[in-house]
Amino acid sequence: MSPISIIVLIVLVVLTLVQVMRISEISSEIQKGEDNEVSPKDNNTQGRLMLLVGFGFVISVLVMYVAWGRLSLPEPSSAHGAEIDSLWNLSMLIINIVFFIVQPILFYFAYKYRGKKGTKATYYEHNNRLELFWTVVPALALAVLIIWGLNVWSTLMMPENEEEPILVEVYAQQFNWTVRYSGGDNELGYATVHEIAGANILGVDTQDPASADDIVAKELHLPVGKPIQFAFRAQDVIHSAYFPHFRAQMNCVPGSVTNFQFTPIITTAEIRQNKDVKAHVEEVNEIRTAKGEDVWEFNYVLLCNKICGAAHYNMQMDIIVETQDEFDAWLKEQKTVAETL
Amino acid sequence: MSTTTTEKNNHFQDHLMEHHHEENFFTKYIFTMDHKMIGKQFLITGMFMGIIGVMMSMLFRLEIAYPEQSFPILEFFLGKWAPDGIMDPNMYLALVTIHGTIMVFFVLTAGLSGTFSNLLIPLQIGARDMASGFMNALSYWFFFLSSVIMVASLFVEAGPAASGWTVYPPLSALPQAMPGSGAGMTLWLISMTLFIVGSLLGSLNYIVTVINMRTKGMSMTRLPLTIWAFLVTAILGVLSFPVLLSAALLLMFDRLLGTSFYLSDIFIGGEVLSYSGGSPVLYQHLFWFLGHPEVYIILLPALGISSEVIATNSRKPIFGYRAMVGSILAIAFLSFIVWGHHMFITGMNPFLGSVFTFTTLLIAIPSAVKAFNYITTLWKGNIQFTPAMLFSIALVSTFVTGGLTGVILGDSALDINVHDTYFVVAHFHIVMGLSAIYGMFAGVYHWFPKMYGRMMNKSMGYAHFWLTFITAYGVFFPMHFLGMAGLPRRYYSNTAFPMFDNLADINVLITYFAIIGGAAQLIFIFNFFYSIWRGPKAKQNPWRANSLEWTTPVEHLHGNWPGDVPVVHRWAYDYSKPGAEEDFVPQNVPLAEGEESGH
Repeated sequence: MSPISIIVLIVLVVLTLVQVMRISEISSEIQKGEDNEVSPKDNNTQGRLMLLVGFGFVISVLVMYVAWGRLSLPEPSSAHGAEIDSLWNLSMLIINIVFFIVQPILFYFAYKYRGKKGTKATYYEHNNRLELFWTVVPALALAVLIIWGLNVWSTLMMPENEEEPILVEVYAQQFNWTVRYSGGDNELGYATVHEIAGANILGVDTQDPASADDIVAKELHLPVGKPIQFAFRAQDVIHSAYFPHFRAQMNCVPGSVTNFQFTPIITTAEIRQNKDVKAHVEEVNEIRTAKGEDVWEFNYVLLCNKICGAAHYNMQMDIIVETQDEFDAWLKEQKTVAETL
Repeated sequence: MSTTTTEKNNHFQDHLMEHHHEENFFTKYIFTMDHKMIGKQFLITGMFMGIIGVMMSMLFRLEIAYPEQSFPILEFFLGKWAPDGIMDPNMYLALVTIHGTIMVFFVLTAGLSGTFSNLLIPLQIGARDMASGFMNALSYWFFFLSSVIMVASLFVEAGPAASGWTVYPPLSALPQAMPGSGAGMTLWLISMTLFIVGSLLGSLNYIVTVINMRTKGMSMTRLPLTIWAFLVTAILGVLSFPVLLSAALLLMFDRLLGTSFYLSDIFIGGEVLSYSGGSPVLYQHLFWFLGHPEVYIILLPALGISSEVIATNSRKPIFGYRAMVGSILAIAFLSFIVWGHHMFITGMNPFLGSVFTFTTLLIAIPSAVKAFNYITTLWKGNIQFTPAMLFSIALVSTFVTGGLTGVILGDSALDINVHDTYFVVAHFHIVMGLSAIYGMFAGVYHWFPKMYGRMMNKSMGYAHFWLTFITAYGVFFPMHFLGMAGLPRRYYSNTAFPMFDNLADINVLITYFAIIGGAAQLIFIFNFFYSIWRGPKAKQNPWRANSLEWTTPVEHLHGNWPGDVPVVHRWAYDYSKPGAEEDFVPQNVPLAEGEESGH
């Protein structure tokens, strides 16, 4: 059944429904005249539906957690990732407790106090102690989340380093990524869009001595266990460098340089052995072979996560985390800016 | 002050008696200055825009579920933008952009606040009309013109604006960056400029009317919560929309006059552009200075409406009236100092990020108070399940569900990894989209008898509610899981990343829910228009409510009340008051002997 015929079917069903209602409405009008007031029977039906559908919703949320929990990203591959994940877990715990208490109460009250003939509601206009209670309790819970959250945030954004981080530039343009390593001096040469010409796609200023040993690459290789200081640039519109597996993201803004630092702690080879990742790869490859597509091998990936134009959805670069030796060997094979220009 | 107002009102009445001039079609329906008719104009225009906005979402949901596949229906609607029935990526972005713009501004700002502020402010505070009927009409006509231009922008050669509803430069500033940033974007900016002018005219009028034209006895603490919500919404609008206006004007200067407010060091299309010294992040600050209060401009009227509907249909006073007013004020105040939480990862100073995290999470406190007060209002009530009541209860549910994920997104450290993913899409559609649209539906069902003198069909209302409630959660709840898997929003297709292949089924499921939910709105539209002409005649006070609008006659007349404007003796929530004969006591009924004023 094609989606089009499904849509047509749905529209027909709705139209039929409307017609059925019309008939029932007209017949009830004939019988009793005015019948648009809410009757005790309506209250009964709707109240029960509230209970049924409301609890159905709450239960289906549980089902979704069970069925789709596995879809979440695997364990973080960066040093700070664990801190974000534990804060995430605590926040999720708190909001889920509230969710699973408040929603059932809401739907239960709607059912329990459905209108009945001859009963009267209780005149109850306020209770200062009760209101104070539910002002203070959320405030306390939030105080915990705020204090912990700000702690994590400041360690992420203002890291204290024991060793000097490796400086890497991530450069965004419609619709691809380029990286530039700072080379032996660990200093990036000055670059500006005004210098872009020919093979010098990043606009590196070749007069700047620091630029000579810079290395330009189309794949992001990172040594495991070393802090990496990223500098982000964009040449045309805003992009966002999103490293989901490393719990890292930073916008790339034309006209300025933004920064983010993280330490990768799991190599690509290791993460491929992670059982969640293995299960994920297996599931994906089942789908892909069924469709006759290539088999997928897991790679860390850098995505663009700020709308940037027509091919925004396919602006990506592979990330390879490897041992220091492998990284050094790979870097040695790459040409320096001085060599390419 | 109140006495003088009453005198003025009575003077108005004499004036009314003297000139009983005939109205023709144009003065009655088109160039009217009657607040009730202007409210209906806002509603109908908003509904029309809403139909366009929802239909667009159906088209792009089809694309997300079946990426790059051919559907004749796409070619039918999109023409050259879907050659052989396959949607063009630029058109996908345009649909997402215009869907967002229309829903946020045209439906949930003008359609919601414009409709109910106009209809209810004079009726509920006991005024003959708005402070300035002319300004009020002008406000609608600016909105109308802006709607016409926005719709017209869909038909320009290179397509409508496509850089997301936030239209961040440089993407929106440079026609080289995407086709949608050409004439379509210029029209978008002109349309929004007119929209803002209309919105400001309306808001000023609402504020002046509420402050100056309340009837005798209608003190601020006796106002129905709807009016409090509309008043605070209008204040938010007056303070924040001008900033968006300036943001839009500066963007227009950059685009048309070559200034560099937002642009610097750009290389595109093989050349360096001459812009220098501007900052794209400046635009974001200006945009979100409106953009965040805008969330509450949308939400507060819905919360006001649901307060009124829940109290009336629980047959109980709203629980904690003063706390409800206080939380509206607290939310409104905080909404001005949280805009940075949309920008945590723009490279802003980390300390600034900390401040915005702190203020953002504080909003959860007044929001929690509101949610608990709604639930306590239901407690020991005698609930009458009108369709309006069902939608109001659903609003409380979505307000809680969506509000809770705000605690995650407002936390800068957690925002890093879910920023701009489907987790955000789920969050704001539930907390602001669904809550506000539920509030709007509740308002339409509840005040339809006041607007058209007839009743909407109850059974169709029930069917509409249940289908909407189930499918809307079915659409937006699963999106949290997509976001937690790292799926970015605004992707034309997820096939470029094998890591997302196992999410395809969920996207198909969401699209099914979306199409059923979209179709369910046909029931509402049918019910609405059918009932305007064929619905059973309404009684004067069909819901047995307390507020003043139900003391006016069913037939509309200019000036609202045929005789004197009623004098108010009590608050609007004396439902099921002990000692009273009926389970409601309208605001204009004097206190009985020995009765305490309560509240």
